[in-house]
Amino acid sequence: MQLSKVFKRNKRRKYYSLTGYIFIMPWLLGFLVFGIIPMVSSLYLSFTRYDLMSSPIWTGLGNYSDILHDGAFWQTIRITFSYVFIAVPLRLIFALFLAILLSQKRMMVGLYRALFYIPSLVGGSVAIAVMWRQLFGVEGALNSILMHLGVIDKNFGWISNPKTALWTLILLAAWQFGSPMLIFIAGLKQIPDSYYEAASIDGAHWWQMFVRITIPMLSPIIFFNLIMQTIGSFMMFTSAYIVTGGGPYEQTMVYSLYLFKNAFTYYKMGYASALSWILLFILAIVTFILFKTSPRWVYYESKSEI
Amino acid sequence: MVRLKEKWQSLLYHSLILVLGFMMLYPILWIIASSFKMHSEIFQNVSSLIPNQFNFDNYIQGWKGFSNVSFDTFFINSFIITITATLGQVATASIVAYGFARVKFIGKKFWFMLMLATMLLPREILMIPQYIIISTIGWIDTFKPLIIPRFLPMPFFVFLIYQFIQGIPKELDEAATIDGCGHYSIFFRIILPNIKPALITTFVFQFCWTWQDFLSPLLYIQSNNLYPVSLALKLFSDPSTVTNWGALFAMSVLSLIPPFILFISFQRYLVKGISTTGLN
Repeated sequence: MQLSKVFKRNKRRKYYSLTGYIFIMPWLLGFLVFGIIPMVSSLYLSFTRYDLMSSPIWTGLGNYSDILHDGAFWQTIRITFSYVFIAVPLRLIFALFLAILLSQKRMMVGLYRALFYIPSLVGGSVAIAVMWRQLFGVEGALNSILMHLGVIDKNFGWISNPKTALWTLILLAAWQFGSPMLIFIAGLKQIPDSYYEAASIDGAHWWQMFVRITIPMLSPIIFFNLIMQTIGSFMMFTSAYIVTGGGPYEQTMVYSLYLFKNAFTYYKMGYASALSWILLFILAIVTFILFKTSPRWVYYESKSEI
Repeated sequence: MVRLKEKWQSLLYHSLILVLGFMMLYPILWIIASSFKMHSEIFQNVSSLIPNQFNFDNYIQGWKGFSNVSFDTFFINSFIITITATLGQVATASIVAYGFARVKFIGKKFWFMLMLATMLLPREILMIPQYIIISTIGWIDTFKPLIIPRFLPMPFFVFLIYQFIQGIPKELDEAATIDGCGHYSIFFRIILPNIKPALITTFVFQFCWTWQDFLSPLLYIQSNNLYPVSLALKLFSDPSTVTNWGALFAMSVLSLIPPFILFISFQRYLVKGISTTGLN
């Protein structure tokens, strides 16, 4: 009797399991065909020399050692890190600043939120990249405005100058702060008003409230935004490809672009595959470090699951 | 007295927002203005936001496209790719999300965690082998590599819809089960009508991303007449030819219209959707 009960339950469970797997099949299948298989073959290719024409030749760790001895690779690393570590904080600071302004209960804030989200909506498009190139070009609008204001007296090539080219890309990235802004707004609404009321009764200045209440209460969300934006920024491609094309003098050759050029301009597929695994390794390290430092500054009110 | 102070504060607040908003949107207003400027005016009167006279020459010139292919082909291509890819994504993502949210099965937690972990995977890892697979099966220069991979549910969207399904009371499902409904009818009759905001968010974002996608067409499309708008704009502005900037601006402005319309029509839903998952 007991046995049959167990048997029955197992059978029912099996039926449930089958239904579950039918529902998640689209993801499982996609994960296998467009996830696992490519990952395994990419790992294999990273140990070979392969130009798409002839079959891959095994070279062991050759690609990895070549990459680490290549000056161009280290330059790309330096440029990518400068880009990520300037663009992400700038974007988050803008996002937080506007989130504080737009989380107040006032007229038209809904419209304002939508307005400030617009750059994020279209920022990754070719149209915006083309526009950016013209805005900062020698005959662009920025020069014209600066001349009117008397800041400069001669047109300046913001994109063609190696010193400023990367900054135009950083600015383009910082301009698209809409998503973290909306997430901050959602987080700010969660902070109970009574905290601020209590603080103001105690005579706290707004700055003290910001540092002692807003930042700690918001820190889990700051952390979340930081992780997502950092990972996303390491993969920036379209704007670099179109605005600067990696130039001048390769001063804006960010990682994705470098990888793309090796794969699809020089057809060094093995080399590029190794580059992609190094990128994964870098992302893993950066994420790990961020997680390791988080207990020092991320404040969780309760240890319950999110 | 207090009322007066409040009014001043409010005025200050709105002016600050408007000044900041104007600075933010200046580039977009600028490209729209430039698209209506005469050819000679574009570089003469660069920073102004009001053209001396509105003219549609750039739009007429630009629409003609290049190499005998006009922008109606590019727009039709973009619409075919984007709409198919987007509907596919909405369908698969909601099915998978339902599976994770409402069906009990062995190994669910493991697969769910694994799926979330793949969000952090850089697409560069997959780009080269995917290219090799797609060229081996002969999909180069067709719409297939731009559409079919987008049928695979993206973890972002699955998670978003999952969150929404979690918010629907389980009692509804239970009542339906008592009435003899299986998973399939629960999904179609109870869940789908209740997760409209999540489905709309998925639709709008997937639409915008596919519409603006540049890397995949760059890799997979070779024939002019199969170009989507994003690739056409890039080739239109190629430094090797003399660029007609006015025409390029005009076509760029047109390319931004579909995402804008979607965003404006559905922004109520979107703001909630973005805040839930941290899309983008």
